[in-house]
Amino acid sequence: MSKVLRPKLLVVGGGPGGYVAAIRAGQLGVETVLVEVGRLGGTCLTRGCIPSKALIHAAGLYEEMARASSEAGHLGIRLDAPPRIDVAATMAWKDGVIERLSGGVAGLLRRARVTVVQGWARFADAKTCTVETPEGPVKIEPEHVVLATGSVPVELPSLPFGGHVLSSTEALALTALPKSLAVVGAGYIGLELGIAFAKLGVRVALVEAAERILPQYDAALTRPVADWLHAHDVELHLNARAQGKAARGLAIETERTDRFTIPAEAMLVTVGRMPNTEGWGLETMGIEMDGRFIRVDERCATSTRNVWAIGDVTGEPMLAHRASAQGVVVAEIIAGQRRRFDPVAIPAICFTEPEIVSVGLARADERHAVGQVPFAANGRALSMDAGDTGGFVRTIAEKASGRIVGIQAVGRHISELAGEFAALVEMGATLEDVAGIIHAHPTLGEMVHESALKALGHAIHV
Amino acid sequence: MGRYLFRLPDVGEGVTEAEIVAWHVKAGDRVREDDNLADVMTDKATVEMTSPVDGTVIAVNGEVGAMAPVGSVLVELEVEGEGNAGEVAEKRVPEAEPAAEPPAPKPKPEVRRDEPIPDTSGSPPFAAPATRRRAYELGIPLQFVPGTGPGGRILPADLDAFIAAGGVARAPGGTGRRTGVTDKPIIGLRRKIAERMQEAKRRIPHISYVEEVDVTELEALRAAVNEGRREGQPKLTLLPFLIRALVRVLPEFPQVNALYDDEADVLHMHEGLHVGIATQTPGGLMVPVLRHAEALDAWGVAREITRLAQAARDGSATREELSGSTITITSLGPLGGIATTPVINRPEVAIIGPNRIVERPVVAGQFISVRKLMNISSSFDHRIVDGYDAALFIQALKRCLEHPALIFMGEGA
Repeated sequence: MSKVLRPKLLVVGGGPGGYVAAIRAGQLGVETVLVEVGRLGGTCLTRGCIPSKALIHAAGLYEEMARASSEAGHLGIRLDAPPRIDVAATMAWKDGVIERLSGGVAGLLRRARVTVVQGWARFADAKTCTVETPEGPVKIEPEHVVLATGSVPVELPSLPFGGHVLSSTEALALTALPKSLAVVGAGYIGLELGIAFAKLGVRVALVEAAERILPQYDAALTRPVADWLHAHDVELHLNARAQGKAARGLAIETERTDRFTIPAEAMLVTVGRMPNTEGWGLETMGIEMDGRFIRVDERCATSTRNVWAIGDVTGEPMLAHRASAQGVVVAEIIAGQRRRFDPVAIPAICFTEPEIVSVGLARADERHAVGQVPFAANGRALSMDAGDTGGFVRTIAEKASGRIVGIQAVGRHISELAGEFAALVEMGATLEDVAGIIHAHPTLGEMVHESALKALGHAIHV
Repeated sequence: MGRYLFRLPDVGEGVTEAEIVAWHVKAGDRVREDDNLADVMTDKATVEMTSPVDGTVIAVNGEVGAMAPVGSVLVELEVEGEGNAGEVAEKRVPEAEPAAEPPAPKPKPEVRRDEPIPDTSGSPPFAAPATRRRAYELGIPLQFVPGTGPGGRILPADLDAFIAAGGVARAPGGTGRRTGVTDKPIIGLRRKIAERMQEAKRRIPHISYVEEVDVTELEALRAAVNEGRREGQPKLTLLPFLIRALVRVLPEFPQVNALYDDEADVLHMHEGLHVGIATQTPGGLMVPVLRHAEALDAWGVAREITRLAQAARDGSATREELSGSTITITSLGPLGGIATTPVINRPEVAIIGPNRIVERPVVAGQFISVRKLMNISSSFDHRIVDGYDAALFIQALKRCLEHPALIFMGEGA
């Protein structure tokens, strides 16, 4: 006889949406069961954000050392021999990071008295779920369900995953570096990984169907990244489509219908992610869809009573921090509070070289005042060798009210300022507010202050 | 070239001044003979002032809303030839007197005042997340909460203030505090109404009396008459019957159909019945007068009411049609309500206000039947009409209306 659990809440998926929802529900005294087939932390923690950041960090160090070992040296540092990389060891270090974080999540869930069931959930109807566990099937009949099943990489029919065709998941688990890598899709995932591999000495070619990289950002923001690619001999094929595997690489077709082969030992396909909606019984739950995504309202409620959905499975932007914020909202609603998901801005970061951050409105019109300040005018940036990448911080405010409605930046290390950007936009700060906040010297944050002054028309340093 | 001075003519019996309600020309305008220069309002009628000459306007005297004495210069024109300015020099002296009157306070044009709120139209209300969250918990849409923070940011204190002002209860319906104030100068007809109402209430001790009338039979008669009306005959409302009933009843109450000159202490009791019909017009309340109702049958009364109401609404009513009533009827028709406390149209001494007709169950012997009932509200000048007489008068009216045949029978019935 199989075990039957009847919790108040069942959370399906242990990623940054699901585990946060479960912990918050647990904190609020809601009896909660969380089902996860893989490791706790989901895509983000185990095969996305965190491992890619680890790889990017290692690649950055490797590149700096490689520069130091060149004839000219780097900042006066000279290495006698070029650095060597043991990718397997790098991956092991990265896995250690994942291990610690995933173990941390397990501990947090335990502390919140959340029951974790390891296995694949399958719904017979909206409120009946069976999980096949190593110890046998567990039947779960909850009052509320939170669907946090996340997303999976999109596969190209012409380039099915397997062998030398990698998704981001496999690329983050390589034990040996390919000599050459063709990256299909120059969105943020393809660029982050492509740049990391380029720094590690892999010959990288990027293939993008749009006319420029990172097409969702404005050209000014992406230009420093394009410049870096150009300066580091990363091939860039724009307006081009991958046709499939060729004998020794990737066949592509350009806009003018030229067909040729990019030599590549491996191919990384990063053409996007799609919601994980198959194989677990979504079709039995009577839930209204919004295209491929689950349709939710501002409370993250689906069309089926007491079934909620959060994170990538509900649509763009597919970002971990959005999922987590939704998870908190849903948990509090289930605990009887009145909540909704109504952020002013969801920050987005590309950990490219250099990094890009965008918060809120990015395209100003005549109703807006804009202040832009270059990294080259910031002492801290220059002292970190970050001043010459073409980076800048741009603040956009409403002319009438002075209210800051968007902040974008591109430049090395700028990702750590995403928090200030979001705080200013979310709190409804005005340019005068920022002008009145003392920003410590010497830091990159001074550029935020300066950009506000610039928008007010009285910048000091530019 | 000469100057022509256009003076406010004597526009009516006993009129010594008129209010300028609209200018149709300004300095520099070319005008032709018979062009409208201005509208002025006398006791009740609005009169168009047309130019007697061709010429160019040099100056207009008096703001809209100002009182202009009869004989004062309204418009100065430059005309071909001599003009009439020569005659002016001699008249200068008497003119000094009206000019010495304190000028009427200059009415400002209608303006909207708004308490300063930064224009954040098109963008959602902005507030820190904790404030937004609290507002949502309380069901308060933030777009209705005025923000006093930098750039119009909604502060926690703003939300507190909104709640303290009772914002919570009304929130789901989407109503918040409205801070606009519109200043509208009270001029023209509105000022006239205000003055007359104030004067009536100040001078007349009103006594109001309300009685219920069963109009089932009257309504049946009215329906039958309307059914059989010939082409060209107006549809009869209740009003002609009420007026005919007054014609029938009033001879017994001569002090009710009267004008009281309270300065001379004389009551002018009229034999003829001149009924003021309170009429809502776009500009406000006007009271055209149905003259000699006693000499008209119900059809004639109906026709005359229709014509007068139309004339009042389109502004074509003459001064004669707007004065001389001896008693007034004020009816709100379908908006009639249960009871009103009408204000007497001074110097009359009585006003009648029929209210809405409703069907009600009425106990009749051992049965309950559905009857059409209507209240009649009335006010009397208590200096002239005692409560006892007022009641007798309304009871007599009620008797006629309940037995409509009486309306059409001779005296003594």
